[in-house]
Amino acid sequence: MSSSTVVQFNIQIGDELTFNVKPLLNEVKHALDKLIETGQSTVIDLRSIPLAPGEEEKILNVLGLGEVQARLDALGLSEVIETRYAGVWIVTHYNDDDHIISRFIEVTSMPEILCSQTEDIMAAYSRLGLTLNDEQKNNVEDS
Amino acid sequence: MINDSNRDKTLGETLREQGISRRSFLKFCATTASMMALSPAMIPKIAHALENARRPSVIWLSFQECTGCTESLTRAHTTTIESLIFDFISLDYHHTLQAASGHAAEQARETAMEENYGKYLLIVDGSIPMDNPGYSTIAGISNYDMLMDTAKGAAAIVAVGTCAAYGGIPHAKPNPTGAVSVGDLIKDKPIINVPGCPPIPVVITGTLMQFLTFGSLPELDHIGRPKAFYGKSIHDRCYRRPFYDKGLFAETFDDEGAKKGWCLYKLGCKGPTTYNACATTKWNDGTSFPIEAGHPCLGCSEPDFWDGGSFYKALSMPTENITRTVIYTAAGAAAAGVALGAMNRHKKNQAVATHNRTSIDDLKK
Repeated sequence: MSSSTVVQFNIQIGDELTFNVKPLLNEVKHALDKLIETGQSTVIDLRSIPLAPGEEEKILNVLGLGEVQARLDALGLSEVIETRYAGVWIVTHYNDDDHIISRFIEVTSMPEILCSQTEDIMAAYSRLGLTLNDEQKNNVEDS
Repeated sequence: MINDSNRDKTLGETLREQGISRRSFLKFCATTASMMALSPAMIPKIAHALENARRPSVIWLSFQECTGCTESLTRAHTTTIESLIFDFISLDYHHTLQAASGHAAEQARETAMEENYGKYLLIVDGSIPMDNPGYSTIAGISNYDMLMDTAKGAAAIVAVGTCAAYGGIPHAKPNPTGAVSVGDLIKDKPIINVPGCPPIPVVITGTLMQFLTFGSLPELDHIGRPKAFYGKSIHDRCYRRPFYDKGLFAETFDDEGAKKGWCLYKLGCKGPTTYNACATTKWNDGTSFPIEAGHPCLGCSEPDFWDGGSFYKALSMPTENITRTVIYTAAGAAAAGVALGAMNRHKKNQAVATHNRTSIDDLKK
């Protein structure tokens, strides 16, 4: 099934899309098509595109909120939101002062940053082992 | 900053020791890619390169400058990311930021140069006075001598700010100190120009990260600027560009066109001839940039921007021909110094003769 028959952005008559909103949304649509046809993900850096005041908000409004909203605490807050268009995610990174430092539209089945990372899983395995050892030692000492 | 025992560790090792998760590292890499204006497809490559990068020594020299460039960098909004970068580099000398002073400070510079000869990164902000060394000295050392001495062992030089890159405001007519740029003096080292008055913070850090990440110079334009940030004109990336294409211009600062946000070309905007990242990266936490605030671009990242005619005359109006500064090669010999002084006085006299002043009438246009 071609994505062009599936993806229809919810743009209402009367929505005044300024110069860069429509081309960018079309890029997202092409990226969805690529995801469906080849399984290949696309990341669009919103900070690399010239947007007029209000245009970024307009894009976010058109994409809307979907079923998944996740908050990460990793070097400051990050938000990962699936839009109302499945496979289209908004990933926003904040610094410690809650200022946005980067924002991406990711067209993928799962943004990489949401997945547990192999290195962290290995570190977690060691940490849990140490915790259980300590627990065991404490139990022995108590008895 | 990390202590000396960590000097040989890779960034990946250092971060893991600090308990920073891989997920946080990925966030750092994604933001770094954005800062470097690289495609998000480069994020895995950045992660791999940074994971294995070793901590470089950085020496920062400040000459004829206003400290705006350092302010721009240290007040960058990406606090967490900046602090990671600062943790990663060994900033061995920066006389505005370091606690040491006098002989101890100079000793730190000399030690860093000796221990990292051929490998350290030299950052310079400010222009160098060639008329009289006494115009600007640090610890009794002239700016020229300190630059030439420190540049010898540098792997590369980053000229931060328009003053270091092209002479900037000190070099503006009548150029009272005979100010020149780093590139006018040094010809045998790779130089990256990061102009702007000041440069956008993330453009400074993005350029540094490019060097630190890949250990190589970014691709530069014909006047030594990283193409990633200076590859497109302000005009090309300006959100008001469609008004220019339609012929819709603000004629004054308070007319209907200005209120509707039309193009500022006729009010003197230098966006068409200025190459920088302001229109996309923006300033103050990505809030805005001069054109968005309703003021024409001054062209501060271009050579001789201060002498390019009135800030408020449209580009199509004739301005005098602006010539580039006389090139001072780094001959180093005393005789050459005398010759440079003589050439510079001639240049200065010429500059005084052709000095243009902006009038109140210009501002009213």
